Amino acid sequence: MGAVLVLSAVALLGIAVLLVKDQTAGDPLFALLAVIEVVLLVQLVVGSVQLSGTERDVSGVLFVSYLVGILTALPIGAFWSLAERTRAGTAVLAVAAFTVIALELRLDAIWGGAGA
Amino acid sequence: MRDLSSGPGRVLVFVYGVFAVAATGRSLVQLGADADKAPVAYSLSLLAAVIYLVATTCLLLGGRRSWLIAVGACTIELVGVLVVGTLSYADTALFPDKTVWSHFGQGYGFLPLVLPFVGLAWLRATRPATRHTAQRSA
Repeated sequence: MGAVLVLSAVALLGIAVLLVKDQTAGDPLFALLAVIEVVLLVQLVVGSVQLSGTERDVSGVLFVSYLVGILTALPIGAFWSLAERTRAGTAVLAVAAFTVIALELRLDAIWGGAGA
Repeated sequence: MRDLSSGPGRVLVFVYGVFAVAATGRSLVQLGADADKAPVAYSLSLLAAVIYLVATTCLLLGGRRSWLIAVGACTIELVGVLVVGTLSYADTALFPDKTVWSHFGQGYGFLPLVLPFVGLAWLRATRPATRHTAQRSA
């Protein structure tokens, strides 16, 4: 949870710098996004295991759909961004990173017992 | 005419896409879990989802017809978020649970309120040439 937020925030910051300098995203940024994606995959596994073992009142379907849904933001954003190597393309990455942060916060709320 | 999904449109398509998925997922979960709790609110969630899907698709496709449909979708979206937003404050009994559009999209950082304005502005910037101007430029 914390790792995803920190990494995504770092990525968002990096993208903001690129946007200001009007540069397109290079390998370091995409590597960072890949790392986040791996962490999200680990989160899916760990989250599912914890869900099956917990006695808290967590909405299972909702929780898992968020765990899976959060995986889609970065790959789609990356491909959509790479199709246009402009400032707008880089902005798409910023939106994608922001989406991950928003979904991660929701995920935490759902784990705490929030509904749809 | 500029491509609807390039430049700023590219960002817009992505944001609309995110909202399409978010609204669809939420409305389906809400309607599937307990539809009786807030039928009005949940149905409006589904309507919002459909509108976002239509807008995303039209922006992706491009072309004159898509542009027209997108204008319609964004207009409905604007009216929807304003009406639902106002109603959710005025008549809380009608909205016992939150939806995408209730309280002017508060749960989504008020983005649902901003999005139709941005969408319409982008569509205005990319409006297809009318017959008159097309002849003039030909």
